[in-house]
Amino acid sequence: MAEIFEKLRSYMEYPFVRYALIVGVLVSLCSSLLGVTLVLKRFSFIGDGLSHVAFGAMSVAAVAGLTNEMLIIMPVTIISAILLLRSGQNAKIKGDSAIAMLSVGSMAIGYLLMNAFSTSANVSGDVCSTLFGSTSILTLSRFDVTLCIALSVAIAAIFILFYNKIFCITFDESFSKATGIKVGAYNLLLATIIAVIIVLAMNLVGSLLVSALIVFPSLAAMRVCKSFKTVTICSALLSALCSLVGMLTALVAGTPIGSTIVAVDIIAFFVFSAIGSVFSRKSV
Amino acid sequence: MAQITCKHLTLGYESKEILSDLSFNVEKGNYLCIVGENGSGKTTLVKALLGLHRPMSGEISTGDELKFNEIGYLPQQTMVQKDFPASVEEIVLSGCRSSKFSPFYSKQQKKLAAENMVKMNIHSLRKRCYRELSGGQQQRVLLARALCATKKLLLLDEPVSGLDPLVTDEMYKLIDELNKNDKITIVMISHDIPAAIKYASHILHIGNKIFFGTAQEYAKSDFAKHFNVLREVAG
Ligand SMILES: Nc1ncnc2c1ncn2[C@@H]1O[C@H](COP(=O)(O)OP(=O)(O)OP(=O)(O)O)[C@@H](O)[C@H]1O
Ligand SMILES: [Mg+2]
Repeated sequence: MAEIFEKLRSYMEYPFVRYALIVGVLVSLCSSLLGVTLVLKRFSFIGDGLSHVAFGAMSVAAVAGLTNEMLIIMPVTIISAILLLRSGQNAKIKGDSAIAMLSVGSMAIGYLLMNAFSTSANVSGDVCSTLFGSTSILTLSRFDVTLCIALSVAIAAIFILFYNKIFCITFDESFSKATGIKVGAYNLLLATIIAVIIVLAMNLVGSLLVSALIVFPSLAAMRVCKSFKTVTICSALLSALCSLVGMLTALVAGTPIGSTIVAVDIIAFFVFSAIGSVFSRKSV
Repeated sequence: MAQITCKHLTLGYESKEILSDLSFNVEKGNYLCIVGENGSGKTTLVKALLGLHRPMSGEISTGDELKFNEIGYLPQQTMVQKDFPASVEEIVLSGCRSSKFSPFYSKQQKKLAAENMVKMNIHSLRKRCYRELSGGQQQRVLLARALCATKKLLLLDEPVSGLDPLVTDEMYKLIDELNKNDKITIVMISHDIPAAIKYASHILHIGNKIFFGTAQEYAKSDFAKHFNVLREVAG
């Protein structure tokens, strides 16, 4: 045991490890804040689609040889989020297939571009690390970290500021519209925030695993908590904790960071499910 | 002047007409029941009254100091809501409108929500989780929320669907009290024609043939005859 702590302490000396931990905790906190709304509004599949779009955008940026990939990835993902939300509102089936088309399409094009034009010697390694985020979290620059912290704080602030309205439209869109809440505008805001979170979280766990960060903590919290407020707080804390544990485990055990975090999330989900079913059996 | 006036209203989706040339009005203090078969367009009509659905032609206007966003609405229940993790208190509070933007609910709004929970007999359940309540309790929560949004007019979309006869009766009495004691105008969608005749002041029947008039007129009309026959058979 002492050995492990000694090892962790020595890792902490490196600034990039500290950066990774800060960014990881902040990003997972934000993603689970909105995860609750996404899951309840049956929007979680949009998150999944968007992460694939972000992968496509990232490969375009890589092929174009941009120094700052965010400049392409962020706007492309935000625009796709808005488009998907629009099509999802018109008719359910149309929305579903639009997402399928967009996500599969961008995966295919992304991989194609990377293979055809990449200057890197190890293409499949690159692809694998964008999909599963193997080490990109450990190569963050100071700028990345500052941007990430600023965006996370902004997202949390917006969430708190609009918390009551977000609850209203999550629970009942038509009622909210009838009482004069600008539901369309809030959905647009939500779509934008989701896109930002997905791009941020991609560094952490890679684009294939982003949805796990959004979905698992919220679902776990919903098993146990009885009110929207406690669900939200619980899922945010749980997500931050799981990511911290996941990252530390990955450092010590040398496993890939992204999949370790998701594995911890899955364990937490089953633990919470068990707790939830024990409690509900008692109350019956 | 009437609170709601509809003139030559035509409703439909994407150029497919569902209802055409519908005219009626709702006066302050009225209790209007909208009846008609499944799919005849009752929910669509209510959505049009709320401004959630744009009519293909015709006109809906409000008067008598009623504005569109001062209508309380109890929607037909959706699947999303049935397993929603929220406390009763949170849901009732979400009905409160505020004129200016504020991230938190004010003291008055909390008081209003508490009063309406008492009125609907759910104050003791306020910390409970919505998804653990019975159907009747859930409907009363949604009714309390609608009451937070209005003091003038309630639109209720099938408030008693899925409730047992006893709870249905309670619900009708509650709505009747709101109409008589609190002077709230009621517009209610229902499939329960005997109850509609018993409680409502006016009835709007939509479908192939349209009827609009008082409940007594409706009871004597051809529309209700069919139900009278049924009742004789049963009784
Ligand atoms: N979003 C929509 N797009 C297209 N058609 C719709 C839509 N919503 C409803 N309809 C159609 O409009 C018609 C009227 O629907 P509506 O929901 O108003 O019926 P209803 O009278 O409320 O029925 P019920 O008694 O089952 O609640 C139905 O034929 C339905 O298929
Ligand atoms: Mg209906």
